[in-house]
Amino acid sequence: MPILLNPQMMRQVIMDHYENPQFKKTPGNPENFEKIHMHSSNCIDDINVYGLVENGVVKEAYWDGVACTISTSSTDIMCGLMIGKTWEEAKYIIDQYHHMIHEEPYDDSVLDEAIVFMNTSKQAARIKCATIGWDAMDEIICKHHHEK
Amino acid sequence: MFDPYLIRKDFPMFSNKTKMQKHDLVFFDNASTTFKPQCVIDVMNFYNEHETSNSGRGDYDTMYQVDQAVLETRRSVAKFINADVNEIVFTSGATASINLAAFGYFEQHLTKNDEILITVAEHASNVLPWFKLQEKIGCKVKYIELTSEGKLTLENVKKSITNKTKLIAIANVTNVLGYYTDMAPICALAHKNSILVVCDGAQSVPHMKIDVKALDVDFLAFSGHKMLGPTGIGVLYGKKALLDETEPMILGGGMNESFEMDGSYVLHPTPAKLEAGTLNLQGIFGLNAAIKYIEKIGLDNISKYESELRKYAIERMKEVKDVVIYNENAEAGIISFNVKGVFAQDLATLLNSKGIAVRSGNHCAKILKNQIKEIATVRASFYFYNTKEEVDAFIEALKEGGNFLDAYFA
Repeated sequence: MPILLNPQMMRQVIMDHYENPQFKKTPGNPENFEKIHMHSSNCIDDINVYGLVENGVVKEAYWDGVACTISTSSTDIMCGLMIGKTWEEAKYIIDQYHHMIHEEPYDDSVLDEAIVFMNTSKQAARIKCATIGWDAMDEIICKHHHEK
Repeated sequence: MFDPYLIRKDFPMFSNKTKMQKHDLVFFDNASTTFKPQCVIDVMNFYNEHETSNSGRGDYDTMYQVDQAVLETRRSVAKFINADVNEIVFTSGATASINLAAFGYFEQHLTKNDEILITVAEHASNVLPWFKLQEKIGCKVKYIELTSEGKLTLENVKKSITNKTKLIAIANVTNVLGYYTDMAPICALAHKNSILVVCDGAQSVPHMKIDVKALDVDFLAFSGHKMLGPTGIGVLYGKKALLDETEPMILGGGMNESFEMDGSYVLHPTPAKLEAGTLNLQGIFGLNAAIKYIEKIGLDNISKYESELRKYAIERMKEVKDVVIYNENAEAGIISFNVKGVFAQDLATLLNSKGIAVRSGNHCAKILKNQIKEIATVRASFYFYNTKEEVDAFIEALKEGGNFLDAYFA
């Protein structure tokens, strides 16, 4: 559902997830999770993304570490979007997000709040921040799919 | 008379009216790299367009000319820092220079019982080579305590020296906080205790007169591209006797006199033995042109102007609500700051959206976070072609710091 196209609301969504990230925590049972560490050389971002994939469905997703506003918010929104999705659904959403970030045609119907990052390409130096958590989750679900 | 507006006419990055995000580019990242004046670009183009040949043999005219030009640059670098011509080694930059000192000299001369003193304000290039030596030979890297402001004092150097200390490796000007350290008393103290001193001059040589003999540093490293020259060229100065004892890290052409089937070989004398392979000739010529340009402007004028510009910027930054400056009293044209409540990277993006280039993060000084208690800062760094008008544009942009997400929605 494409929403939030008003800049003020988009701003608010980014700030909400930055100030009160819902999925920023280290899982109590990290050994059950696939964990990917991501580090950005051009920003301060240094995060772990955790995904619990069972029977081809993302059951839980978290992240922890140090991150700027854009990476905090984009990673947090990503975690929320992934939970409950099958591998195919999750992969489709991640691909649409990357298309949006790189100004290619994309299906906005699956991106929900992640649409607030639609203007990231205007600040090319921040593309990495907007995608770092997403790239980690992409790796997690692809790894799981190939291992299956 | 020193006139930054006239000076800017010499720089294509200004005369070409380079834009960033539709604004005139304001370049406040000079601690990272600097613009090149036309004369530097011309001399490099001339070599490629009219004088291309290798150096080191002199069998034909253009090659002879290239050899002469390399020698002239070596002389000009030597004069610039008051060294002797054979004490100048061309490297790819300050990083390579420090690595050459670390692995070419100190690896052969330190043992597991020795200690190296550095500070937490050092650039990665003056930390990691010493960490690697610690790993390789078991010597210990220790830290000289800084003041609460982040400054290095002679008193603290004294306190840190033990009978195991063999090397002090410190920046002349630090790259995040911009504090200047007078190397002369530190070198005197070190030498009295049989300690050698490696000086990272990357942030000082471009901005102030450095006299290696007066300071008595043992090694000095700096880069061409931070002083109007091209990337890929730098210098290691070393006292002749120390360079003579420095092992080449790279071996091959241009650095040997002879070698035989039995494995024996004879190397060229210093500095050629430390410059294997084809030299970065266009880089060397560009560096020479950069030095001549800086000498024409005058390092005293440059230091004085940068200090005025810094003072002006600090005064104006204080007008902006919520700005926190971490190095108000530093000497160099480097200001590290944050805006309360705004993550450093986000502020840098906002400034980018206004055409202003600054750096955010930890600026390659990743252990400094322990000192200033911030994981990231924004750094504005000036050179003598920056102006008060550019500072004004920077201040106007900073005033919008609280609305940093504007960069995404403008």
